Amino acid sequence: MSERAKPLLEARGMTKKFGGVLALDRVDFSVNAGEVVALAGDNGAGKSTLIKIISGVFPSDSGELRYGGERVSFANPHDARDRGIETIYQDLALADNLDVGANVFLGREPMTRLFGIVPVIDRRRMREEAAKTLDTLDIGLDRLDRPVRALSGGQRQCVAIGRALHWHAKVLIMDEPTAALGVPEQRKVVSLIQSLKARGVGIIFISHNLQDIFAVADRITVLRRGVNAGMRNTAETNPDEVVRLMVG
Amino acid sequence: MSASAVARSAGPAPWVAWVASARAWLFLGLLILGFEIWAEVADGATFIGNVLNIRSIAVFAVAPLLLAIGQTFVIISGGIDLSVGFTMGLASVTVSHVTNVITPVYGTAIGLVAGMAAGIAVSIVPGLVNGFLIAQLRVPPFIGTLGMYGVARGVAYLLAGGTTVPVDNDALSWIGNGTIGGVPVVVILTVLALLVLHYMLSQSKFGQYTYAIGGNRAAAVRAGINVRGTTMRLYVLSAVCAAVGGILYAGRFSAGAAQAGEPLLLDSIAAVVIGGASLFGGSGTVVGTLIGALIVAVIQYGLVFINVEPFWQFVAVGVVIIISVLVDQAQRKGGRVDE
Repeated sequence: MSERAKPLLEARGMTKKFGGVLALDRVDFSVNAGEVVALAGDNGAGKSTLIKIISGVFPSDSGELRYGGERVSFANPHDARDRGIETIYQDLALADNLDVGANVFLGREPMTRLFGIVPVIDRRRMREEAAKTLDTLDIGLDRLDRPVRALSGGQRQCVAIGRALHWHAKVLIMDEPTAALGVPEQRKVVSLIQSLKARGVGIIFISHNLQDIFAVADRITVLRRGVNAGMRNTAETNPDEVVRLMVG
Repeated sequence: MSASAVARSAGPAPWVAWVASARAWLFLGLLILGFEIWAEVADGATFIGNVLNIRSIAVFAVAPLLLAIGQTFVIISGGIDLSVGFTMGLASVTVSHVTNVITPVYGTAIGLVAGMAAGIAVSIVPGLVNGFLIAQLRVPPFIGTLGMYGVARGVAYLLAGGTTVPVDNDALSWIGNGTIGGVPVVVILTVLALLVLHYMLSQSKFGQYTYAIGGNRAAAVRAGINVRGTTMRLYVLSAVCAAVGGILYAGRFSAGAAQAGEPLLLDSIAAVVIGGASLFGGSGTVVGTLIGALIVAVIQYGLVFINVEPFWQFVAVGVVIIISVLVDQAQRKGGRVDE
């Protein structure tokens, strides 16, 4: 990275209290377009609090959030999604009983007219466009017309990522994306993250797995008990140092 | 580590999946075949070759089917509506009262329309209350609609004065007993309702969201679907279907009765489950429920036809429900990827 790009998303001085507990204390965080930033830290370090502020689940008490250079505040998660900040959760992403196309288009189904009169959901278009998106990500699924229940955990993760991308996510927040996967599937998700990066998506990657973090992240931001414990370029650090930052 | 790979290869055996997907059709075919053979051997008569039998089964299936179609939507969304039977009774009593009051003053046609409108309007109340309890207050559907079962039952009996309410309107009794080209009007109306509801479930966003809510409510919320509004509408739809059942009942018997739908609640749930829907939510179709309702009707009518004690109906329907649920579970267990 020759020149320092203006951050795509930047949080400054994020502070959040829950009752008497200070969950985040003046935390700074940023991610650039086409960059993967890992958010590391022990349980209770404030990772998920920070993520929830960024994705619009709740606002911060103080501090400012800048997105594309503008100061923003999100009323709710839909607001954040509409602006291109997508979050992928481990278990809550897909409706298992619907097929891939229906999941990619869930809540935003295209309609067509049967015989030019009767409005019906355009399932063919959903399937074709979903297939197109998954193809560009090199996600090969043999059949798109089966419920996603029939897919493996990794394939489902890929469908969730494909959905975010189909709707032009600019920032993708991935919460433990490799946690429940076998090794080959973890590799698939990691390579998918590389290709998202190449497309200029800014990725926030939360993981407990240092090996995965070092495999995909450009930078690592470490939180400890609600404060910034340090920020390192992945190329200039090692797992031991990151662990030291995490535990203090 | 290889857990997911192992689970993937352990899909349901092909024959299990096939039997599961075609189970309703298989049941129906076997039942008809069984009754046909019995009738031929025992009485030298035909069961299914007799138009009178077919017509009777169709008329017999109408009311449980109407309740079952609304129930199908609710069950797909992961809920259940126990109040449909007495909502039907409440509607039938209301139709009778209002028709009786309006007809002498404004004539048959307006009396009919006013009665039907009143029956549907009154059903919207329990539907809305059910929806509010379940969608807004997050009361479990089983409990919320059980409460409404009691409320609708009590109100229906109060309105009926504890007895049946005779109704006198030629147009209403034509709807209940008339035929067009040899086909009973109630059957024609029910087929029309089936077509509309099949379209809603399989082709509209409302139907798609019904499946999504039953499949993964949290995912539906995250996808920006109005889950609460959709849930409200589901229970109103179920109540309106029951009200249509109540209108047809009032027409057929020229009377409204609080207990009109009492025995139909279980039949309607049976039809949905036998038709392939899962009580866990997320699956089911209108066509499946149609087949399920026909199975229940064929069992009930067929046993009478071959002179078996009528109480065997309950046993037979119960056994078919249990078999259906077992098949559903066998298929789920095989189909699960993780867990």
